[in-house]
Amino acid sequence: MEKKSKDNNRSPRRRIVNLLVHVILAVLAVIWLLPIVWIILTSFRAEPGAYTKTFLPKSYTINNYVKLLTDRNVLNFPRMFMNTLIIAICSCCISTSFVLSVSYSLSRMRFKMRKPYMNMAMILGLFPGFMTMIAQYFILKAMGLTEGSSIRLGLIIVYSACTGLGFQISKGFFDTIPRAIDEAAIIDGATQWQIFTRITMPLSKPIVIYTIMTSFIAPWVDFIFAKVLCRANADQFTVAIGLWNMLQKEYIYQWYTCFAAGAVLISLPIAILFLYLQRFYVEGMSGAVKG
Amino acid sequence: MKEDRVTVKNALVHGDLFTKISAVIMGAGIAGHKQILKGAVVLMMEIAFWIFMVKKGFYNLSKLPSLGTEAHGKVWNEAKQIYEYKAGDNSQQILLFGVITCFVVLGFIALWILQLLHSYKLQRMIEKGEEVPGLRKELRSLFDGNLHITLMALPCIGILVFNIVPLVYMITMAFTTYSKEGEHLVLFDWDGLHQFMRVLNMKGNIGRQFWHVLAWTIVWAIFATFLNYILGMILAMVINRKDTRFKSFWRFCFVLSIAVPQFVSLMIMNIMLQPSGAVNVLLKNLGLINEPIPFWTNALLARITIIVINLWVGIPYTMLQVTGILQNIPEDLYEAAKMDGAGPATIFFKITLPYMLFVTTPYLIASFVGNINNFNIIYLLSGGGPTYVGDTAGQTDLLVTWLYKLTIDQQYYNLGAVIGIMTFVILTIITLTTYRNSSSYKNEEAFM
Repeated sequence: MEKKSKDNNRSPRRRIVNLLVHVILAVLAVIWLLPIVWIILTSFRAEPGAYTKTFLPKSYTINNYVKLLTDRNVLNFPRMFMNTLIIAICSCCISTSFVLSVSYSLSRMRFKMRKPYMNMAMILGLFPGFMTMIAQYFILKAMGLTEGSSIRLGLIIVYSACTGLGFQISKGFFDTIPRAIDEAAIIDGATQWQIFTRITMPLSKPIVIYTIMTSFIAPWVDFIFAKVLCRANADQFTVAIGLWNMLQKEYIYQWYTCFAAGAVLISLPIAILFLYLQRFYVEGMSGAVKG
Repeated sequence: MKEDRVTVKNALVHGDLFTKISAVIMGAGIAGHKQILKGAVVLMMEIAFWIFMVKKGFYNLSKLPSLGTEAHGKVWNEAKQIYEYKAGDNSQQILLFGVITCFVVLGFIALWILQLLHSYKLQRMIEKGEEVPGLRKELRSLFDGNLHITLMALPCIGILVFNIVPLVYMITMAFTTYSKEGEHLVLFDWDGLHQFMRVLNMKGNIGRQFWHVLAWTIVWAIFATFLNYILGMILAMVINRKDTRFKSFWRFCFVLSIAVPQFVSLMIMNIMLQPSGAVNVLLKNLGLINEPIPFWTNALLARITIIVINLWVGIPYTMLQVTGILQNIPEDLYEAAKMDGAGPATIFFKITLPYMLFVTTPYLIASFVGNINNFNIIYLLSGGGPTYVGDTAGQTDLLVTWLYKLTIDQQYYNLGAVIGIMTFVILTIITLTTYRNSSSYKNEEAFM
């Protein structure tokens, strides 16, 4: 075998194919990375305005970042950042406990409403999320959560209340933990609660981290729920609405390069988190298959 | 024995005095069968329910058939010789509170049935001489055998209040005249299936747009799902090839692009493809074009652009997801195929694709559903445009973005609700036919 594959490597046809593959991969990689490189360069661009005559900036500056972080008059980015951070922390705590509770119950316990619940989750998932959102807005309005700083509470509720429906990936992970462990614990006199907190959770660190991170990221990248709930309440804006606003007609000339800076600032931590998390993501996707 | 089965009928026929009383005074049966505290809680819930119904509930339900009749306006006060402003009915609130009251009533009925059954069950236990579990034992079971109740109570309440109730509320809107058309934003009435007829009628303006949008939505979903799936798989296979060098470097390049939050990268794409955006500038500077390419203003070009950008967004995802599964394909299948002289294309279509389809059908369906409801990509890229004069839907609008425009921009709430329901119906048909037949749904526990 070993010798054969070496021979293959030396054959000219094989070499050409190899070269071709690497060239294509390189071209593709450039296409995929180009927008990212471009936005990073734009965030350091010194020339003002949205559109320029050249693809790459002519001169560079750090002022875009300074303006973004210090200009609190028009678009108050630091405040948006704090808003989003508060919302993200709260909804992260609620969603994580909801998701893990539901997926543990569905994976480990057997009860009458188990299949009906899973079918219900599937059916509810088929409605456009947007349809629920409009009615959610009316309900929050009836509860008085659409004015002033209670918008934040409304957003936390919107982001976390229905997360019990998103159990699939973590349930898939729990399913892969051998049941024999549970059974041994039950013989030793452990209750289900003890199994959940002392055995399953410590064994499921990857999926716990994955759940925490994804629910923490959600409020940073959601744009449309926040826009509908905040409407014109500028002091309640989250980062995503702020960035979107910077590209609207009235702001784009002044704020375009700041938008790029903001995009880089927001993307950087999320990208790092994501790169760190992707192996859990892959495990979650293929975990059920590997067994 | 017939009366052994715990059913409502048996409880009412064979129940003892306590059980029968509990049909009226709820909790009496439970309290009478030695679970006093539990019975008291049930009774309190009944009292709370009736107080709510007398104070608000019956009024809410009585308003529901008419949805309010009083328009708010000025009323001439003869005594004071002035116009007085009178608050009229707000149909939207009446509908919302009516729907909520309906849910409360349903919950009450469920509670009534449950307490009756429980009482009968306790009665049978006492008759057989079994020991009735005490409060402490019941509480303890909430952390052991009944842990699922403890764990799932709050999430279920959340889903009920912020998903099911809103959905039902929105669905009822489809049967009303709640719309800016005809000034029905404050006062509106039931409208039967009128809006559905409007949407389905191909000859009307709304109906024509609906079929147009529906066709594009399905074309989009098919292209977006399957192109991403197949190209992503090919990319994963190319990177995983034995002779490809720097595997993790290539993977990193592609993964980096999805690590950037999607709304950011979509906004960047939108800006780059504007008439004076970076791509047109680049192409002009290279001397390839004289006039800027109208990426967003030409309907066909906008559609193609969106599908291509979706490839940029989606291929790395697919690559990430299928890499692990691809490596699970038994190597001897490939060896055997090569022995028989199959080329790479034959191997892909005869071995890899069928195997992957077999394993990833649920994922494929989920991404199809996700694409039909893909709001961000359309809204942030083209905004649904270009839009012809007189239309509410643009040429690249999906059902879900049209739903957004109809409700948020136009305030045609009833039409929006109809579109939402139609989307659900279409997705249900597609999903039910495929999902329930897929192997991974049937054999959920097969690997355990």
